[in-house]
Parts: sequence; C-alpha cells; structure tokens
Amino acid sequence: MKAMRLRNNLIIAVCLAVLYFGIAYAMKQRMLSSFHQVNLYLMGINIIMAVSLNLIVGFTGQLALGHAGFMAIGAYVSAVMTLKLGQPFLLAVLVGSLATGVVGVLIGLPPLRLRGDYLAIATLGFGEIIRGLLININYVGGAAGMNGIPKLTTWTWLFIFTVATVLLIKNFINSSHGRACIAIRENEIAADAMGINTTFYKVLAFSIGAFFAGLAGALYAHYFFLIQPQTFTILKSFDALVMVVFGGLGSLTGSIIAAVAITVVNAALQSLGALRMVIYALLLVVVMVFRPQGLMGTKEFTLRTLLRQKGGSGLHDYRKQVD
Amino acid sequence: MITVNKLTKTFGGLTAVSNVDLKIEKGELVGLIGPNGAGKTTVFNLLTGVYVPTAGEIIFEDKSLVHLKPYQITAQGVARTFQNIRLFNSMTVLDNVKLAFHWHDKYSLWGAFLRLPDFFRGEEKMDEAAMELLKVFRLDDKAGELASNLPYGEQRRLEIVRALAAKPKLLLLDEPAAGMNPLETKELMALIGEIRDKFDLTILLIEHDMSLVMSICERIYVLDYGKIIAEGTPEEIKRNPRVIEAYLGREA
Ligand SMILES: Nc1ncnc2c1ncn2[C@@H]1O[C@H](COP(=O)(O)OP(=O)(O)OP(=O)(O)O)[C@@H](O)[C@H]1O
Ligand SMILES: [Mg+2]
Repeated sequence: MKAMRLRNNLIIAVCLAVLYFGIAYAMKQRMLSSFHQVNLYLMGINIIMAVSLNLIVGFTGQLALGHAGFMAIGAYVSAVMTLKLGQPFLLAVLVGSLATGVVGVLIGLPPLRLRGDYLAIATLGFGEIIRGLLININYVGGAAGMNGIPKLTTWTWLFIFTVATVLLIKNFINSSHGRACIAIRENEIAADAMGINTTFYKVLAFSIGAFFAGLAGALYAHYFFLIQPQTFTILKSFDALVMVVFGGLGSLTGSIIAAVAITVVNAALQSLGALRMVIYALLLVVVMVFRPQGLMGTKEFTLRTLLRQKGGSGLHDYRKQVD
Repeated sequence: MITVNKLTKTFGGLTAVSNVDLKIEKGELVGLIGPNGAGKTTVFNLLTGVYVPTAGEIIFEDKSLVHLKPYQITAQGVARTFQNIRLFNSMTVLDNVKLAFHWHDKYSLWGAFLRLPDFFRGEEKMDEAAMELLKVFRLDDKAGELASNLPYGEQRRLEIVRALAAKPKLLLLDEPAAGMNPLETKELMALIGEIRDKFDLTILLIEHDMSLVMSICERIYVLDYGKIIAEGTPEEIKRNPRVIEAYLGREA
C-alpha cells in the first residue's frame, strides 16, 4: 500500500517535472506565441480560482458568487505593494493573499452564522461593492486602474503557486478538518450534533478559498501588468463557478480539468466576439443535460484508477486521494 | 446526571413539549415512550440544543445546557442518533465515525496542510479507534463503503457507532430500531445493554414499541401530548391506566 502510494507520487512528480521543464524549454526557444503564453498563464490562474472555489462550494456546500471580488483584492493589494511601495514580489503575493483571507473572514462570518443561502446574496453584493469601491479610490487609479505593474509572475512562480495551491487544498480536504467541512455539506445538523463547530469550519473554508483567490489575483496582476475594476466583474465569478460545476462539485481533479478545458474553449472562441458567450452558454447547457453531476461528480481522477491498481482491502481503501 | 425542570417548547400556537420534568442518574437506561407526535423527538432536540426551550431548564452535571450550541453540548458529553437517519451519505462508513472523533481528538491545521507527523499519527489513531468501534457493531468489514450504500439496519447501527465516537457520557437514541425486523431489533437491544456497561454510559432511549422498551429499560417516562403522564418501572407502566388509555385510546 505504502509502496504503491510512494510510486504513484513519484509518477506524478515526474509528470509535473516534465511539464515544467518542457514548457520552460519551449519558452526559452520561443516556441510559444504570446497568445499561447497568455492562455497558459490563464490556465494556472483559473486552476487556482476553480480549486479554491470548489473548496467553498463543492466540498463545504456553501454557494459563493463573489470569487472575482477576492481576486481583485489580491491583485490590488499586491500591486500596491510592488508598484507603490517597492516591496519584493513574494512579500507582495503573501500580503495580497493574506489580506484577501482576512476580508474573507469579515465577509463570510455574518452570513455563515446562519443556515441557508445568505452567503450567495452576501458574496454577490460583495463582488459588486468591491468594484464600486475601487472605481472611487484614486490611489489605485480609479476606473482606469493600475498600469505598469512589474511583470514578475514568471512561469516558475506560476507553476509553483499552482501546484502548491492544489496540493495544500487537497491535503486540507483529506484531513480531519476537511472531513468536518464535507460533513457540513452532507448534513449540517448531524455535523453540529457530532461536535463540529459548523460556523467556524464554514468560515475557515470560505477564507481559505478567499486566500487562494487573492493569490490568483496577485499572480494575474503581475503578469498582465494592468488591472482595472472592470477586470473583476461578476462574469469572472461565474466563470470560476462554471469550472467548478463543470468539473464536479467536490472533485479537485475535475476542477483542474475543467479549468484547463474552459480556458482553451475561451481562447478558441475569442475571435467570435459576442457569439462567444452564446456558444459558451450552449456548451454548458449540453454538459449539464448529459452530465449534471459535472465531469467527475465527487470522484477524483487518480493514477490508481487509471492503472487499475487494486488497493489493499478495508482500512485504506477509503482514501480517495489524488496520489 | 441530567435533570430537566419544567421544560416547555411551543411552535407558534402548538405546545409540543409542556412542563416536562426528567431526572436520570448515572448508569441508568431509561426509556421515553409515547404515541405519535407526543413530543419525544422535540425533547431530544431541546436536550441537544437544536431548539432553544421556550421555558424550563436543563442541568447536565451541574451545568446548564440551555443556550449552548449543539456542538458545545456534544463537548459536554451528550451525543445522539436521529430518528430520520442523518448520516454523511457520500462519506465512507469509516469517515462517518472518524468525523465524530474530531472535536476531542483533532490534530493541528498546519499538520493537515503540510502533512506533518502529527497528521499521520492523528489519522492512524482515529483509524484504529474507529475500526474498534465499528467492530462492536459488526460494521468493520463495511468500513470502506459509502454510508448511503448500507442497508437500512446497518445505517441505524452506524448512527449509534458515530454517536459513540463523539465520546458521550449520556447517549440519546431516537427510535434506534425503527424499520428493523424483529431479529435485528432483538440483537440491537442486547447490544445497547452491552455498550452501556462497556462504555460506562447513561442512556435515554425513545422507542415506539412498548414491549421492546419494557424488556431493556429500568425506568420509563411516558409522554402524551407534550406532557409526562407517567413514570416508573416497566411493571408500573404496564399497569398504569393513563398509559393504557393513551395507547389503546388512540390505536383502537
Ligand atoms: N420544528 C417544528 N415546527 C413546528 N412543529 C413541530 C416542529 N417539530 C415538531 N413539531 C410538532 O411537535 C409535535 C411533536 O413532534 P415530535 O417529533 O417531537 O413527536 P414524536 O413524539 O417524536 O413523534 P414520532 O413518534 O412520530 O416520532 C408534533 O405535533 C410536531 O408536528
Ligand atoms: Mg420522533
């Protein structure tokens, strides 16, 4: 069992290394057009957005509609750190993410103390209010936004942060704390009766999700070097939600696959202009009709299922892990 | 161990529980019976903090439970099962049990995120303890299955295992044998007696079937229209005219 897990982890590590060095090499040789590069970065950022939103919506069962608002906070705070305050990139990313996590606690606490879908309404409002605020703050450029942010999100950083996000959230979910979150989704009253402080875990999951959305925003700001309030509209929140639903509520690998697929589809449809949204919507309807539980349902895509390995019986079979 | 004084709960105009007094000593196995809609489950919901009482007090080991949240009451040492089964359906049987260890046996959040040694130690400990409990209820060979895939009787047993994993001193069982066949029911009742001794428990048990409660409970409370109409040993209850009327009067 242990040996097999070790081997599977090794296979994944090798695949990731090949991916990293392969793309680093291709970039060095100028084999990737700037269009391809932009979409490559968007893939990483979208993976972080989808996986972090899935923690809130898919695993903890709390509908949140303001993920773009959190992305905006991470983007703006980190951009202020580097552009205005001359701080180093990593510190800026860290502060941007942490600030977003703290805002997550503040936004999440009041509605999450109640049972029901108050969070959806609160986050919907939050996303719009953040944009309204940013437009009115001259320090961060108002409606024109912030321009000339140093382009510090390298392929290496993007890769590291994307992998780290997936790994950390996966570790959280497959722990006692993550079980508490999933139990809330499954049956909040029973979770409460079994000694779980449901408010705490809902807020925890929500602010962890916010933290990583902030990270996605920081990476975004330092790649696209221009951020504006209108970059982070409700459409971006819905984009992330679509990835989560499409990939499967409660499946991290599903979110990753969906984030990559939807980034590709978006890129492919870009030249179509307004027609893009129509085709996009149609595609979603088709998926939802034929696979309402999303691509993966709550299952994970694992090497074990891929290689049809038989796990030892009983005790450890329950671990639906990516490794 | 637990004393309930003048407990009352109204829903709008309906008084579901009215001036209920209960007193249960440590180690007792007490039954709470009564016809449909008598207010039995509502009493449990009041004891476990799902509802806040309209009036009255609940004293558990010298501490008031009124206004505590359900998870805080669990931490005081009260755990329950649900009449309409509330398992974590898409979690495995083992994970259902491990969830209830969380409040008293969790490891650090950092350990979870970074897979530090305390994560592995903690999980291993929970695995072992959970398997041990599952064995008592002969569910250990189902550990890897999803809770929703268990047959009904096993789901009921899993509810009890999960409640036990929450380390209660007082265990509240809401119709644990509902929907079981006579043989399963008999086995379960024997098992409930066993776990009381094994885990040093005090048990309050709701059951519809009079004869069943009579066979294992030392003392019985009878609830009718939200009021306690009788209290005593099974023999006393059997002969109590008000109880006979409450049951026969409605079933006739
Ligand atoms: N949340 C609620 N809101 C309104 N009325 C309620 C609520 N919960 C219970 N009741 C009412 O209170 C009364 C007692 O219900 P309760 O579920 O406690 O009965 P019970 O003795 O457990 O019955 P059963 O044997 O059918 O389980 C019923 O009339 C029920 O309709
Ligand atoms: Mg009931």
